[in-house]
Parts: sequence; structure tokens; C-alpha cells
Amino acid sequence: MPSYVNPEKCDGCKALDSTACQHICPNNLMVLDKESMKAWNQEPEMCWECYNCVKICPQQAVDVRGYADFVPMGAAVIPMRASKDIMWTVKFRNGTVKRFKFPIRTTDEGTAVPNGGYETAVDDINAHELFTQPASIRMDAMWTKK
Amino acid sequence: MAIADNWQTVEVTTDLLIVGGGMGGCGTAVEAGYWAKKHNIKVAMVDKAAIDRSGAVAMGLSAINQYVGLCDGENTVEDYINYVKQDLMGIARDDLVASIARHVDSTVHLFEKWGLPIWTDENGKYVHEGRWQLMINGESYKVIVAEAAKNSLKECGAEIYERVFIVAPLMDGDRISGAVGFSTREEKFYVFKAKAVMLALGGAVHVFKPRSSGEGLGRAWYPPWNSGSSTYFSLMAGAEQTCQEIRFIPVRFKDAYGPVGAWFLLFKSRACNAMGGEYMVERKAELQNWAPYGMAKPIPANLRNYLGMLDVMEGKGPIFMETDEAMQKIADAYKDDPKAFKKKKKELEAEAWEDFLDMTISQAILWAGTNVNPEEKHSEIAAAEPYFIGSHSGGSGAWVSGPEDIAHPDYFWGYTNMSTVKGLFCAGDASGASSHKFSSGSVTEGRIAGKACVKFCIENTDQPAVSDDEVAAWKEKIFAPFELFAAEKDKSSDPHINPAFIRPKMFMFRLQKIMDEYVAGVSAQFSTNTPSLERAQELLTWLREDSANLAAEDSHELMRAWENVHRMWQADVHVRTILFREETRWPGYYFRADKPTMDEENWKCFANATYNAATDEWTMTKREIHHLT
Repeated sequence: MPSYVNPEKCDGCKALDSTACQHICPNNLMVLDKESMKAWNQEPEMCWECYNCVKICPQQAVDVRGYADFVPMGAAVIPMRASKDIMWTVKFRNGTVKRFKFPIRTTDEGTAVPNGGYETAVDDINAHELFTQPASIRMDAMWTKK
Repeated sequence: MAIADNWQTVEVTTDLLIVGGGMGGCGTAVEAGYWAKKHNIKVAMVDKAAIDRSGAVAMGLSAINQYVGLCDGENTVEDYINYVKQDLMGIARDDLVASIARHVDSTVHLFEKWGLPIWTDENGKYVHEGRWQLMINGESYKVIVAEAAKNSLKECGAEIYERVFIVAPLMDGDRISGAVGFSTREEKFYVFKAKAVMLALGGAVHVFKPRSSGEGLGRAWYPPWNSGSSTYFSLMAGAEQTCQEIRFIPVRFKDAYGPVGAWFLLFKSRACNAMGGEYMVERKAELQNWAPYGMAKPIPANLRNYLGMLDVMEGKGPIFMETDEAMQKIADAYKDDPKAFKKKKKELEAEAWEDFLDMTISQAILWAGTNVNPEEKHSEIAAAEPYFIGSHSGGSGAWVSGPEDIAHPDYFWGYTNMSTVKGLFCAGDASGASSHKFSSGSVTEGRIAGKACVKFCIENTDQPAVSDDEVAAWKEKIFAPFELFAAEKDKSSDPHINPAFIRPKMFMFRLQKIMDEYVAGVSAQFSTNTPSLERAQELLTWLREDSANLAAEDSHELMRAWENVHRMWQADVHVRTILFREETRWPGYYFRADKPTMDEENWKCFANATYNAATDEWTMTKREIHHLT
């Protein structure tokens, strides 16, 4: 079912207003069954397998099983996302396992300053320069038609 | 009492309303935040998902596809203009392309400062995948851009509304006055009143039947939540549309639609047919039929598609990406140094897998599920179904004003990126004829439009009127699927099979079947003709009538109902524009069999469409192309 929830691990994010997977799914697919307090994917055939529910789950209760209509069974791709990098485990149908680690950001979470430190030089709403320019182009002037 | 009465009406009055929090909307937030704070302009942003992971970049990306490199003298703005119009067979707004190209590096430099890892070489220079493409570790690309956008909105005191689905525009005569929508989490109906609206609701997926129609239905190349809302919104506002015939068909690894860019550009892999023939070589003569564009480099994406499609139509499929051969060539280059090769191979393997894991994780699952080692065997590639994505190699979107210092007088009407509707600005997939902006260019265009929006609010201080009647009419219309479901559901023991209504999913399948079979979808081998298009119009007319019988059980399904209405209008304007343009210009996007050649004399122009909601009439217009270079 693209993303699916392991009921043994899911605790329904009971401390939160809504579950983490509900909060993040770009397609509004994850819902919480209030009786069992378990999350589930209400429309798996509209799942893009973007893995945002998998990455965000504090219990690691969400996983993805490849689309049943074209992926042979037995493979798994499992992320572990930390603050600066992500570790992927890729398990093949034939048992081969590959691991990859990639950086995801170079700065601390929350620290993205809109102007990136490029001060406003052309402080004029009527000018074509954007608020970080020309410094952020790393040139003296913005291009215009000759 | 009507069900809609249970839904509280929430009114939000602002100066600038940003509709959509994807790359375009976030770009607007970053730029408008500065100018809004300075000029005391009120801003609000609304998104149907969570901005951290909304829009087309929600999963991540493995490359930035537009970086001009002006500061290093790598390329010029003119080079980019020439590249874009060559790829789009001459149909592009040079002024809009230049507007984005002159600013895009600036945005990429901001990404780097915000924390996006951009690959650099031993000299600190960006690593290029191709002439305009930079390699990134882009798992958190959207998270990082959204963070800067939210920080900017915070600085100007803006309000953010997540999980609110925007259905339609509100109008005060010929000026936009806001938007209406509903929450998918609370029983709240939203009425946003604004002086200016910045529209960035993405492109359209699932207008055409996808190749996978079971569980893999959602594995479209572009995300399934992009449902044609930009086109619907600007159409209903009365904004002129351009290039709505230019859909995009990507050729990707088959079924999971993983990216091929790294294999073609970085690893220099060839694509061959089942007999081992290379269509780009064997069918080279065909390119002459599409001169001058077919004869110049780089060969347009649609023509590369077309040569491969001809192979498939001749029974020479499947088409393979020769990954094993590409890896072997790299190995040969290291034949005297096995240790260095081992290191290089490990590096390449990580690069190949990251390309998938950053942006199409399904492709990694498919390779793992089919035991693919790219150095051992080739992998199948195929043309996907058509998408509407003005930010990539498609062109569809609203017809917007260019910047005053660049635009021809025909292309300038007061504010950069304003549509033909006063106060309605568009960027990203919402604006047309400015292809190849991708993620970085969409953020950039959002910024350009964001500054212009604030300028508009400063110079147009009156709050346009929102009539109570208009709001009440929309509220009734938006919740009609609930009323219909409640009224009729007991007439059948099966909630899905009922003669009184149609559920959104079947409505979508009906649309997809029409578009697939009559409007050059996958099953029609991307080919159509006038009778097919007219048959599609007949079937679409009945579909539109039946849209009044859409039924929904909950707010999630209500969103699906309206998304599919949006898709239907995207389909409508697409069919009309293909019919209007009496030629075949992009044979690898659609082939019009009754007009099989390109007609430079009569059709080297924009094909534009406008809908008048008051009279239910369409106007089709040719617009002249004014090139800058």
C-alpha cells in the first residue's frame, strides 16, 4: 500500500494535536483511527511515495511497500533522517544490502535568514533589483537590456 | 438546515494574499516579506498542505536545473534566452525568460547561504551536471526554502494558513478581490479578501490516464497533488492563458519515473532500442523536418522524445538506458589503476542511487525489487503520460506582464508578472511561456512577482469589494457535493454506486479516459486529430454537466471533488488550444495527424485563450512573438 503503518510501533502521536504523518503528508493521505489510536493511509493509490511520513514518524512506525502493480515483492528502502544527514538502507529482493549516507543541510535548523547576509543596496520598490541585489548575484550590477 | 451551515465562515482581510506555498509561493514570501515590512503591507499565505513539504519539491530534488553562472562568466542571459526558445520550438517569451535568468543565480546563492548543500569541486566551484544544472544534496531542499520563507513572513507579521484548500477567486469587476476555500481539518469555510493575489498553485497531474492505474496510480512523474488549480483559478478570474497546448512528456526510467539526467549528462550514457539501434543516430534525418529547431543544438526535448517514440511505434521497443556500457567506459578510463577505479566506482554508485533517493525514492525500490545493478545490465526508459508544467519543458500558464526595462510594449502592462486581471500575479507553473525555470527559477519568479505585488498594493490602496452574494453563492456551490451525498446516499446499498451522483475518483477516471484516448495520451501513442479532439469536447461537455452531480462524504473527498473540477478545466483549455493551433509543432509532446507538419508562416506565434465566466464564452487569440535575441 505505498506507505503503511506498523500497528505495533504506532502510538497515534498521542501527545500531539494531530499525528506527525497527518501533519506532513502533502496529499492529505494519513489519518488517525481514533478508536485504535493508529494512523493509516486512507488513499494509498494517491501516494507518491515521497517518504515524508516515513521520515517524520517519531516511532519509526511508517514504512513503504513498493506499488504492488509493478514492483516485485521483497525490497525495502529505509531512511534514517538526522539534523545534518540522512542514512539510507536499500534491501534488494535477492538479499543484497546497500547503505548510503548523504548530507541534507549545512546549517542548523531554523537559521535560514531570508537575505542570506546579502544587504539591501537598492532600497527602492520601483527598481528591478531584488532586495538582496546586486550583492547576491556576486556582480556589481543586475543585467538589463542593452 | 444545510450541511454548509455547520461550517463556520472565517474572513481574513489582507493586502497581499499568497496562494500556494510551493517553490513559487515561498519565493514570494522571501521577497515580499522585506518590502511588505518596509511599506507596512499586510501579507497572508495559504497552502493545502504543510509548507515544509508542499508542492512539487516536497520529496526533494537531486539537482538545480537553472543556474546561469553570470558571475563566473560561464554563460550570459542571452545564452539562456536562446536555449529556452530553441527547446520550445521558437515559442517563448524572451522577456520573461530573461527576467528570471538575470535573477536566478542570486536565488541559488541564497539557497547555499540558507544551508542547501551544493556540490563543489576542489577549487570551490559548483559541480555542473550539465551546462545549466548544478548537483545538490537535495533531500531537504523544500524544508530549507520553506524555512527562509516562514522566517521572512514572521518578520513582516504575516499569517500562514495550512491545510486550507483554495477553490476559486473572488472578483470585483475586472479586479481580483480575494479567494475562497475550505479547511480539510476543521469545519471552516475561508473567505480571503485581498488587494493583490499572488497565484502559485502548481501544474497539473492526472488529467491524463497514467501508465500505472492500480496501486501505482499515484506514482506520476510530477506529484499527484498538483491538480490544475493554477489554471482553474486564473481562468475563472478571466486571465488570458498562453501555451496551454504545450504539455510536457518526460522520458524517464520506466514505471517509477526516476530521473535520467545523471545518466545522460553526468555518466554520458546512450539510449538504445531493443535491437541495439540508437534512435538519435538512426533517425537523425527526421530532425530536418523540424528545422530550424531540429537542426540546432541542443536538440529540443520533444524531438528527442519523438525519435524514441517512432522506434516504439515501429515495434522496436523497449528503449534502454545503457547504464552497463556507460559504467564500463568509465572503468576503461581507469584500466591502469584498479585502486582508483574501485574508489571511482563507489563514488558513481552513490551518485546514481542518490539521484533516486533525493527525488524519486520509488525508483530505488523498483531497482532493489528487480535486483538492478546498473553496471551489470541496462534499464528500461519510457515516455510518461502528459503533464502541465510551465516551469519545466512545457509552457502552459497565465499570460503575464514582463518587466518594464526588458519587455516589448505588447508584453508590458504595469506590473511584472501581473496577469491580464488587475491585481492577480502568477509565478512558477501558474505563469506561461517562460519555460525552463524549474525549481530555482520558480522561486526566483516568485520573488520577482513578490516585489511587484507589494508595489501594486502600495499604489492601489483601496480594498476591492467582496459581495456577500458572491461569497454565499460560492459557499453553496463548494459544499454542494456534501448535500448531494447526504440527500441521495440511502437510495443504494453501495455508497459508490448510485444513479444520482458520481464520486470524485470515478469522475477523474472518466476525464483521464477521454484525454488518454482522444487527446494524444499514452494509449493513443501521443497522436490526435480534429475529429478526436471534437469527440473529446463532446464528452467533456457531458462531464462538465455531471460535475454538478459530484458527491463527497468528508472534507478530504470534497477536496478531491474540487481538484478534479480543476483538472477538467485544465483539460478543456488544453483541447481548445490544440484545436486552435492548426499544425504539429512539438511532435514528441503531441502529434496532430491531420496537421502533421510545422507551419512557421502562420503559427510561429502564441496561441492564447480567455474564458469569460459571466457569459460562458471563450476567446482564442494569436499573439505575436517579439524576440530579444
